[in-house]
Formats: sequence, structure tokens, C-alpha cells
Amino acid sequence: MSSGPTIFLVAFLGLSTSWLGFVLAPVLQIGNQGQVEAQMTGNLYPAMRSGLARQGEQVYKANGCVYCHSQQVRPLGFGSDVERGWGARPGRVQSVNQDYLYDEPAMVGNQRVGPDLSNYGLRQTNASFIYQHLYCATDTMPGSVMPPYRFLFEKRKLAFGEKASAEALTLTKDNEPGYEIIPTEDARRLTAYLMSLHQDAVLFETPPLPKPATNDVNGANAGKGSAK
Amino acid sequence: MSQSQTSSASATPYPATGCGAVIPSEEVDRSCRYPILFLALSSTGWLLLATVLNFLATLKFHKPDILADMGWLTYGRVHPAGMNCLIYGFAIQAGLAVVLWVFADLGKTKLAYAPLTVVGWLLWNVGITLGVAGILYGDSTGYEWLEMPRYGVAFALVGYIQIALSALATFHLRRVRTLSISHWFMVTALFWFPWIYTTAAYLLLIGAPVRGVLQYNVDSWYFNNLTNIVLGFIGLGTAFYFVPTISKRPLNNFYTGIFIFVALIAFGTWSRIPAGTPLPAWFSAYGALGALTTIAPALAVLYVVFSTRCRCSELSVEHRYIQRFVVFGSLAYAASTLISAVNSTFWFSEVTHFTWFVPANNLLFIYGFAVMSIFCGLYYVLPRVLGGNFPSTKLIVIHFFLAAAGIFFYAVPLLVGGITQGHGLNNASVPFITVMTQTLMPLRASTLGDMLMAAGHLAFALNLFGLVFETMSHTATTTVEELTRVEVAS
Repeated sequence: MSSGPTIFLVAFLGLSTSWLGFVLAPVLQIGNQGQVEAQMTGNLYPAMRSGLARQGEQVYKANGCVYCHSQQVRPLGFGSDVERGWGARPGRVQSVNQDYLYDEPAMVGNQRVGPDLSNYGLRQTNASFIYQHLYCATDTMPGSVMPPYRFLFEKRKLAFGEKASAEALTLTKDNEPGYEIIPTEDARRLTAYLMSLHQDAVLFETPPLPKPATNDVNGANAGKGSAK
Repeated sequence: MSQSQTSSASATPYPATGCGAVIPSEEVDRSCRYPILFLALSSTGWLLLATVLNFLATLKFHKPDILADMGWLTYGRVHPAGMNCLIYGFAIQAGLAVVLWVFADLGKTKLAYAPLTVVGWLLWNVGITLGVAGILYGDSTGYEWLEMPRYGVAFALVGYIQIALSALATFHLRRVRTLSISHWFMVTALFWFPWIYTTAAYLLLIGAPVRGVLQYNVDSWYFNNLTNIVLGFIGLGTAFYFVPTISKRPLNNFYTGIFIFVALIAFGTWSRIPAGTPLPAWFSAYGALGALTTIAPALAVLYVVFSTRCRCSELSVEHRYIQRFVVFGSLAYAASTLISAVNSTFWFSEVTHFTWFVPANNLLFIYGFAVMSIFCGLYYVLPRVLGGNFPSTKLIVIHFFLAAAGIFFYAVPLLVGGITQGHGLNNASVPFITVMTQTLMPLRASTLGDMLMAAGHLAFALNLFGLVFETMSHTATTTVEELTRVEVAS
């Protein structure tokens, strides 16, 4: 027992077991998923994001939005994600791996300092609201602790008689006359990404529940964590 | 004195002279001098930077629009940058310094390939600098705990391998052949880090990465191995070396240590996926099983440390407090392991997932256990390799109390607040904004913990700079004296 190679062998055995079980086995099980036809609509799912939204994904990643916003809906009866309206599937069931196939990277998130964003694109379709929220979250949501992302916007001096451009922000306070605040390219990208977030396809693994009338928390369909 | 803690195997007499002879402690210490000095100084720099960045991150919860005009100071960048500084800049680097010395001291041999270590130190720090700068610049990879971009990781890994090679060579060339339990833990930690880091980097950053939530699984596997095995084993190896060394009593005992080792590498290495994550259900089930199984080794750690440590008053104040760092560490270890075991269960994670409970417990492990144990090692090792004494024992005492109080005031409000937050989140009749406003109270309370820890770091840094200044000026004087003497003689 008293030799260096013994330590190495024991450690190697430990590591390879862990690797086989928790890295290789998951990849073998669900590593080959690809686009599938969604049930009911027949559309391919997940759809590739638009170019602007994919650039926005990089802005989301660079600014660490994931440290406060999750992108996963837990199953009905496990937490209150569905009751809070964060889910969008007709079956009111959880997110699945299929939803994230084209995410680079998949930012599932571990924290909910802010609300879940899995279906933000379905909840919020107004780009100018999102700009305003990014510029000053307390304006649109009093009491919010989201930091203002003023560095994603540009304060531009208006020439004499010039009208503010169409996408200039309409602020409730700090509105300086003669200036306009317009989103930068990064803000446009990020907003396109946020509006592209949706997890609403009905898939084989997320079937609609058969009896919508029993969808309450204590109902027959409230599978505790096993909605799959 | 380190002889006293070697394994239970009977010690064979070693030749006092000849090629296999043990090397006197002073020479061993001198051979480690510059590598350890460099590692300690730069890791202290990273610790201070981590303190500043983490403080900036907490400030955002007091006043969200503070420093909001600069992209690189937004919460989503300073928070990961601070955590990376703490883990890669301080914990791993300072941990390596302690490992190098423990291997040289246990083996009664000089540090092998010391110049290689210095090159490795340089590359590691270049890599971490690029990595942290990359995160602040906006080049984060988006994977929690693995945020450093590729160009930083490449340098850091090459540097790490050089330092680890020197440590392994020192281990291999040991003159005292008996294996200590610290060898088991530290050798494994040395191998484990590049294994998991390259695996995770290969699967997430290079070429065609795994897709979908599997990325989250790899990330979680990496983080769990990084904390439980890499930082955990450096910390446990340090504890099992310094507690007996400072107490001048044999470790009680070697076989419990082996039990802890085997149990942890068998079960502590599983990825812990919270229930409800968009992955097949067996992931979280096995994760919970792994977490629950580590309760036994965590209790065994407490047993080993508390049955070995010496309460006796013959210890000097300095040694008593250095030992307290590691005793506190073992308590934090047991507490954090118990909390994550309970938290891995279905019922508990329904409440705590997505709340401040989990990060608070992670920090309890990383800071309360790993960093505190490493402080113990540094306080013991640095005066020896530099050939001096810390200028102020009082600062060591102050550092201990500040750090212990800091981790308490950081973790407890967030653990309690996290449970309240979780209940609020799970009750759909409470508006989200109300839940969020309620968590501000514990978050702001935890800033007190941050500030106490920051003050502790300052005490440590002051003491270290004092020690370095004193010993270096001493060395300089003697060198000048020697040089002048030679000139006069010639």
C-alpha cells in the first residue's frame, strides 16, 4: 500500500468511475438529440435563432445575466413556476433538454434574483419596453434591483430642430431636453435575443396533460417532479 | 517534528549520511524559499483583488445604479471575476505553495526543479490575469466557475502542470519513504485538477461542445469535483498535516483518513443536479445519493481533527491560533457537507433551488473550509521558508477572529434568508417583486460578513508584507556584507 503508484491508481479509478457515470453516460443517453417535429404544429423544434438574436445571446453571456435570471421551468407541482406564468406549454409541463439544443451556451441558471426568462419572448413583445427596462429597471418595475444597463445606450445631442428618432427612449424622469437616448447595437441584439426566448412546443416528452380540469396542484396530474 | 505525524507504519531508521540521507530542515526550507515566496505574494494579491471585486458585487444590492455606466463593472462581470480570483488566483495557487512545502518537508528532501516552479508560477499568473481581464472585458464563457476564456486557460494550465510536476518530483524523490495521509490527499488533488479541467474545457469550450443542458451537467460535475476533491483534498491534506504537527501528537488515525479518502473519491465526485432541472430524473437522484453518502466522511473528518488536536496550553499563542484556522475549517467542512446533503434531497431543493441558500453554502465550503485551511498552512510555512517571524502575532489572532466572524455573518443570513426566499418563490400568491425585496435584508446583512473578511485579508497581507520586508532586507544586508568582505579579502 505504501507507494506513490497506488495513490495514482486509486485516484484514477475514482475519477474514471465518476467520468463514466456522470459525463459519458449522460452524453450517450441524450447527447444525440436533434431537431424534431413539434406535435400539433408540425414545425421543426427548436428553431435556429435569427442572426441578431444569436449575437444578443453573446451580449447576455458577456454581461452575466445568467447570475440572476434562470431559464428553466420546473414541473407543475414542484415549485410555483407554472403558477407564476413562467411556463408556456399547453400541457403546463417543465422545460426539457430539447429546448436548449441551439443555445450557445445553454444558460440554465442557478439563481432567481430576477424572474425566470424561459418564455420572456412570449410575455414581452414590445421592444421599446425592453429598452426602457434595460436602461432603468426601476422605471418599468418599481422596486427592482436590476442594475441599469446604461452602457448599452447612447446619449446623443439633438441638432437644433431635430426630432428624436423613432427608437429613442421615452423616460419618465431624467429627461434632458435637447438630447435623446438611443439603444446601441448591443442593446438591439440583446433585445432581439430576449424576444426570441420561448419554450412552447409540444413534444413527445412534454405531452399536454389529458384532463386540463385536474391541473390544480393537488390534482391527479400533479406528478411530483416526474412530469416527464 | 513532522516525523510525529507520519503514518502508523513503523518508521525504519534512515541513514544519516550518504545519498539516501535525510536533508536537514533548514536546507529543505531554503530550497523552497523563492517558489513559495512568489506563490504566496501573488496569491495574496489575488485575494485582495477578489475582496475588492466581491465587495463591488455586493454594493449593487445596496444601490443598483452604482457604477452602472461602465460595462466592465456590471454585477454579471465583477461577481464571476471575483469568484475566479478567489478560487484560481488565491485558493489553488496558495494551496500549491502549501503542497510543495509539505511534500519537501515530509520527504526530508529539497524541492525538485525549483526553477520550473517559478516558470509555472509566472505562466499561471499570466493565465489568471488574462482570464479575469477577459471576464471583465466581456469574454466570459458563460459557464459558472469556468468563466475564464480559452486564452487565459491555456497559459494557466501549462503553468499548473509545471508546478504540479515539480511537486510530484519532490514527492517521488522523498528520502523518508513512508506515506503520510496528507500525501494521499494532496497527490490526488494535484492529478485531479488538470483531469477535470481539461475534460470540462474539452467538452464545453473547444471544438464541438456537448449541447443543451448537458453543458450544465458537465459544469456541475466540474464544480463539484473542484470543490469536493481539488480544494477539499488540498484542505484536508493541510488539516491532516498541520493539526498533528502543531499539536506534536500523532494523527488519530491513518485508517480513518484512508476511509475519508476512499469515500470521498467514490461518492463526492458525482455531479449534483437539483431536482426539477430539465434533465432525466436519474441525474438528480444519483446526485442526491452521492451527496448523502458524503455525510459519513465529513463526520470522520471532525473525529480525526478533534481527537488529534491539542488543547494544551503549552502551545504558543501563534500556534494556538494557526491551529484554530484549521479546526474552524473542519467545522465549516462538516457543516457545509451536511447542508449540501440535506439540500440535495427532493423536498429541500424544491425550496432552496434558485435561492441564496446554495451560493452561501458554496462559500461556506470554499472560504470557511478551503481558504481557512490554506491560511493555516501559509502561517506555518512562510516564516520557516523565509527564515523569520511574522512581525505581529496579534494580527494573526485578529485575522482569525475577523475571518471566522466574517464567514459566519456572511453565510448565516443568506442560509436563513434563502429558505425564506424559497418559500416565497414557491407561493405563487406572493408577487415576485415582494420576494425579491424581502431578500435584500439578508443580502445587505451579508455585506457585514464581506467587510469583516476583507479586514481579515488586510491583516494577513500586512503581516505577510512585514515578514517579507524584514527577511528580505536581512538577506540583502548579509549579502552585501559578504560581498564587501570578499572584496576586502581580495
